[in-house]
Amino acid sequence: MSNVEHIEKGMPRRHRAEKRFRFFGVAAICSGLLFLGVMFTSIIIKGAGAFSQTVVRLEIAVDPDLVSGADYAGLVKAALRKDFPEVSERGDKLQLYKLVSDGAAHELRRMVVDDPKIVGKTVIVWVPASDDVDMAFKKGLTENRRLSDRQLIWIKTLSGKGRMETKFNAAFFTSGDSREPELAGVATALTGSIFSMVVCLALALPLGVMAAVYLEEFAAKNRWTEFIEVNINNLAAVPSIVFGLLGLAIFLNFFHLPRSAPLVGGMVLALMTLPTIIIAGRSALRAVPPSIREAALSVGASPLQTVFHHTLPLAMPGVMTGAIIGLARALGETAPLLMIGMVAFIVDIPHSLLDPATALPVQVFLWADSPERAFEEKTAAAILVLLVFLLLMNMAAVVLRKKFEIRW
Amino acid sequence: MTLPALKNPVQEDLTDDRSQVFGPFLSKDDLVNSTPVKISARGVNVFYGDKQALQDIKLDIFRNQVTSLIGPSGCGKSTFIRCINRMNDVIEGCRVEGELILDNENIYGPDVDPVQLRARVGMVFQKPNPFPKSIYDNVAYGPRIHGLARNKDELDEIVFKSLDNAGLLGEVRDRMKAPGTSLSGGQQQRLCIARAIAIEPEVLLMDEPCSALDPIATARIEELFERLRKKYTIIIVTHSMQQAARVSQRTAYFHIGHLVEQGDTSKIFTEPRDKRTRDYVMGRIG
Repeated sequence: MSNVEHIEKGMPRRHRAEKRFRFFGVAAICSGLLFLGVMFTSIIIKGAGAFSQTVVRLEIAVDPDLVSGADYAGLVKAALRKDFPEVSERGDKLQLYKLVSDGAAHELRRMVVDDPKIVGKTVIVWVPASDDVDMAFKKGLTENRRLSDRQLIWIKTLSGKGRMETKFNAAFFTSGDSREPELAGVATALTGSIFSMVVCLALALPLGVMAAVYLEEFAAKNRWTEFIEVNINNLAAVPSIVFGLLGLAIFLNFFHLPRSAPLVGGMVLALMTLPTIIIAGRSALRAVPPSIREAALSVGASPLQTVFHHTLPLAMPGVMTGAIIGLARALGETAPLLMIGMVAFIVDIPHSLLDPATALPVQVFLWADSPERAFEEKTAAAILVLLVFLLLMNMAAVVLRKKFEIRW
Repeated sequence: MTLPALKNPVQEDLTDDRSQVFGPFLSKDDLVNSTPVKISARGVNVFYGDKQALQDIKLDIFRNQVTSLIGPSGCGKSTFIRCINRMNDVIEGCRVEGELILDNENIYGPDVDPVQLRARVGMVFQKPNPFPKSIYDNVAYGPRIHGLARNKDELDEIVFKSLDNAGLLGEVRDRMKAPGTSLSGGQQQRLCIARAIAIEPEVLLMDEPCSALDPIATARIEELFERLRKKYTIIIVTHSMQQAARVSQRTAYFHIGHLVEQGDTSKIFTEPRDKRTRDYVMGRIG
């Protein structure tokens, strides 16, 4: 048999192998996309509810006596009693009061503070419904064991009169954590996450880039640099909670920095991100062709000028990619933040790096732990916010990379 | 690994006394012009780690001449010219011994700053390596970092003059802002030459500057040599015998780490003294 015949005989087998491989490749990508789709759909379906909130219209007579006693809850209760005069028993009354959220009283107080003239008049207010009513109204009125039959009837009556509706839940983005799901928001966590990311980026990026530049371009290649390199690679693989312990021991116990502060959170996350940025930075620097370095050196540029005029700008897209991978990982990190106290129940929105705060993943963790049914959708919604934050960060990275990239 | 010692009748003639350096190698022309030596190597050994790449090189490079270094691949030509501007410094484990003297100063002396040296000894590489910047910025980079221009006009003048001397100005005058990498291979190499001469070095090292170029681009660069050597001392590494014969006044033949023969180009090509040189220039080896 000649070579040509021999090769021809083997061709169908080789073509089959090719096709098989392509099929497996496409199948792998499709299943990946499928899982991603399932994940996103389930999170979006679960979380979508949290972005709307059921509100109840109440006609509240602002009684000066109750206002002077600061009994705003009393005003709300009175309005409810007026709507359902047939309710007289104490137990039934309590059930009735539970239709609207505790937040109703706060809202009323705010209105009175804003405009004291309403005292003595009757005002029409849309107040948030309680979490159970909210869930029942948004997801259908039947089959809800957490509300009594009487409460369901009242809800039907109210909605029949057009006094119940859902509106966009702006409070979710403007308020901090709360024991009441209908009042809980991600503002504290979101601000905490943003602050931490800023601190993390401001510390990790310059330190990481400088370390990478020094190790790659200046340090002598000897046993010491090898030792350092091995250790940096190991640090990148250290479980994140270990960095939390380190932060607890050094930043809190030794330097006595405040607990739960985004500053400390950012510093701990920077420790965690640093190895990633150094490794990515070094490989980006290594990818710059040596001919560019030679060109710069041969016209008499000093090593420093060579790095800052030529090598580093060319490596910048790779450095940015590494930084964003590190930051994205830091953004989703819960464990190290638990160790430095960013897991606390914090209602106030932080205004500085030293105010107590939580972070988005920690908030997700906290809400996922809460027994109230309504927190389920809040959890999913917080995850959505986290994902959108991540997406924005990645988009910023792409834009920056495009800006730094030299396309010629 | 060290190379075996080589008995070299030609090298033996070289004396270490610089006052007598010109003696045995001066042709009649040289005597007439009394060309002084720009660079002289005395007993240069280069090691890459344990491996010896150059052994006991004695070589004189004359001012305002083109000197070709020829020889088979891996014989140490590039290693030698990279010693002259100390580009070998950046190579890990590279060690240079012996004396390499540029105008009475040892290049490897303790007081010599390689950055300053490289401003005096420019280099053009085998593969054109323009910076990913505009044509203008490529040429202006050297003068900028050395502060050679006091203002924009002076810098413009340097850039235009350098491009003109490199024979590129006519082709790029209208697109100084275009990226240097958008030029053709031959144009890029001339841009690199312009970049090298923008800081007015005394010596220009060229490591196979035409090996990546087509014959037309090569011819254009070869035309430059005759013009450039009036101002600069040029050392060119080449694999092309014809090129060496065309452009250079002097030629040195390297053979696995040894300098076998050096002399006037016409002599080397017509009546080489060593058998290895004869085989190489006749095209029997290498």
